[in-house]
Amino acid sequence: MYVAVKGGERAIENAHAWLAEERRGDPAVAELGTDQIEQQLALAVNRVMAEGSLHDPALAALAIKQSRGDLIEAIFLIRAYRTTLPRLGASIPVDTAKMDCIRRVSATFKDAPGGQILGPTFDYTHRLLDFALMANGDAPEAPRKAAEPAHVPHITGFLGRDGLIEQEAPSDTEPRDLTREPLELPADRALRLQSLARGDEGFILGLAYSTQRGYARNHAFVGELRIGTCAVEMDIPQLGFAIEIGEVELTECETVNQFKGSKTEPPQFTRGYGLTFGQTERKAISMALVDRALRWKELGEDYVGAPAQDEEFVLSHADNIQATGFLEHIKLPHYVDFQSELELVRRMREAAE
Amino acid sequence: MNAPQKNTTEYNFAYLDEDTKRMIRRALLKAVAIPGYQVPFASREMPMPYGWGTGGVQVTAACLTPDDVLKVIDQGADDTTNAVSIRKFFQRTADVDVTERTADATIIQTRHRIPEAALTEGQILVFQVPIPEPLRFLEPRETETRKMHELEEYGLMHVKLYEDIAKHGQIATAYAYPVKVEGRYVMDPSPIPKFDNPKLSDNPALMLFGAGREQRIYALPPHTKVASLDFEDHPFEASKANHNCDICGAGDTYLDEVITDDRGSRMFVCSDTDHCRTRQEA
Repeated sequence: MYVAVKGGERAIENAHAWLAEERRGDPAVAELGTDQIEQQLALAVNRVMAEGSLHDPALAALAIKQSRGDLIEAIFLIRAYRTTLPRLGASIPVDTAKMDCIRRVSATFKDAPGGQILGPTFDYTHRLLDFALMANGDAPEAPRKAAEPAHVPHITGFLGRDGLIEQEAPSDTEPRDLTREPLELPADRALRLQSLARGDEGFILGLAYSTQRGYARNHAFVGELRIGTCAVEMDIPQLGFAIEIGEVELTECETVNQFKGSKTEPPQFTRGYGLTFGQTERKAISMALVDRALRWKELGEDYVGAPAQDEEFVLSHADNIQATGFLEHIKLPHYVDFQSELELVRRMREAAE
Repeated sequence: MNAPQKNTTEYNFAYLDEDTKRMIRRALLKAVAIPGYQVPFASREMPMPYGWGTGGVQVTAACLTPDDVLKVIDQGADDTTNAVSIRKFFQRTADVDVTERTADATIIQTRHRIPEAALTEGQILVFQVPIPEPLRFLEPRETETRKMHELEEYGLMHVKLYEDIAKHGQIATAYAYPVKVEGRYVMDPSPIPKFDNPKLSDNPALMLFGAGREQRIYALPPHTKVASLDFEDHPFEASKANHNCDICGAGDTYLDEVITDDRGSRMFVCSDTDHCRTRQEA
């Protein structure tokens, strides 16, 4: 019995000891170092940082090791750690136009100032298992070229100059913090984007895919997808100006979506936006599509009842830590409630006889 | 009880930082001021999963002082796995004394039960709440249900209870049975069996409800009037298994049914393990 009248405490201790042993696996096999995880499972590290909302590759690698590769469990570890960290302040907004790009592609133009950079991508690889990796994972050195510190302007900027794409009115309003205030609906776009940025990749992907298949279709083109590092700057009150305190790797996706116009306004393309930590482009693209679908009201579109348009549905269910906790809690003892239902069903059966 | 472990963590007393505790205490004060009203609060990510008592744990952490004596139960028992886990969490992070005796506890965190022994003035009972919204399964949208509470628009709930009677001859809700607080707010008492509902009313203890994932806190101050919803011709009935406890012989306690072999034998025992043991020792 998993709820013995006595012994719950010992059962828990023993279970945890067993778990620790299983995590290590066969001691004859070399132990995995967190530096190996950080270097060689970098995309897992990136996902944990993105959905854990904490940019720290070393801690993310530790979480992956501790969680035996269960990424949602790793995200959970990071989130629980993150809550305890003091807030020293907020950075000034990162300027992604100044990103040092390792990848930058646009689907809407053949070429653009700054160029198309494929970067380290799985795109165009043939998905054939490389059995050589089982024996030896050494990679040949990739061809190199000195970086040209060129300004890489946003593609949508070119459309914006001609008025062809909607302009988001700039605002200095401090966005609300999803992790410090209860979510209240309706939420503004900044809060929706926060929620999507830390939302579950699979959930956001599924919703984005549903828009492509016709549930609130919004005709998205990847105007630009860029990955690279951005400087993080912070105002230091004692200095009176902002200084660079570090840099983070980011993925940014800007979609160019179906146009709209009215009697007073000429037709314009619209936008969706995604920004995530690390190299996490599936998530960033998905986020941009869902962001665009959620904007139906401000863009004067019809609500067609699609899940991706439903702000309350999307924001209430995007968080995988909330979802997995509640889902898995049904493993906990519920025998008191079950007993009350058992008696109710027995009583109703007696009444029916 | 085992000797409490020293606070071996680098975390603040009872894990949460003081600013977070203050935020929770403010929500608690508001909840006490408006009995039965769900107060939104900025629930934190806790080191245990959502749905496993994070709301109750945050409320307990915000109320706990070093002199408190804590009792944690799940399904009425002190030794269920999650109760053990939560009790250990507070032993580790707050180094408080713990007890299994209801009468000795100053704070009791519970999941799914109210202790059998009458609570007293000065005690705090903290409930873990999965879905705080009593109207949730009638209307899934928070934006709608908040409006319904504002307008005291509870017709839908009465229709549901009436449909139960029309279909089943009785109200087919056995736990998390909805109540009305001081004639105003309809409230979910958390998934306690309806056997426990009468204990909610006019109780000298302070009852606090925490829903972490849903970011809500609500409360019943001492001696609040709490009525289980019913109809004149179908009055509320606090039901239990029609047996006595096979261990202590009590006929007035909520019972667990324990299957003892594969031929249909079973025994009935008190779900409140402390109450059962106290009776055996007496």
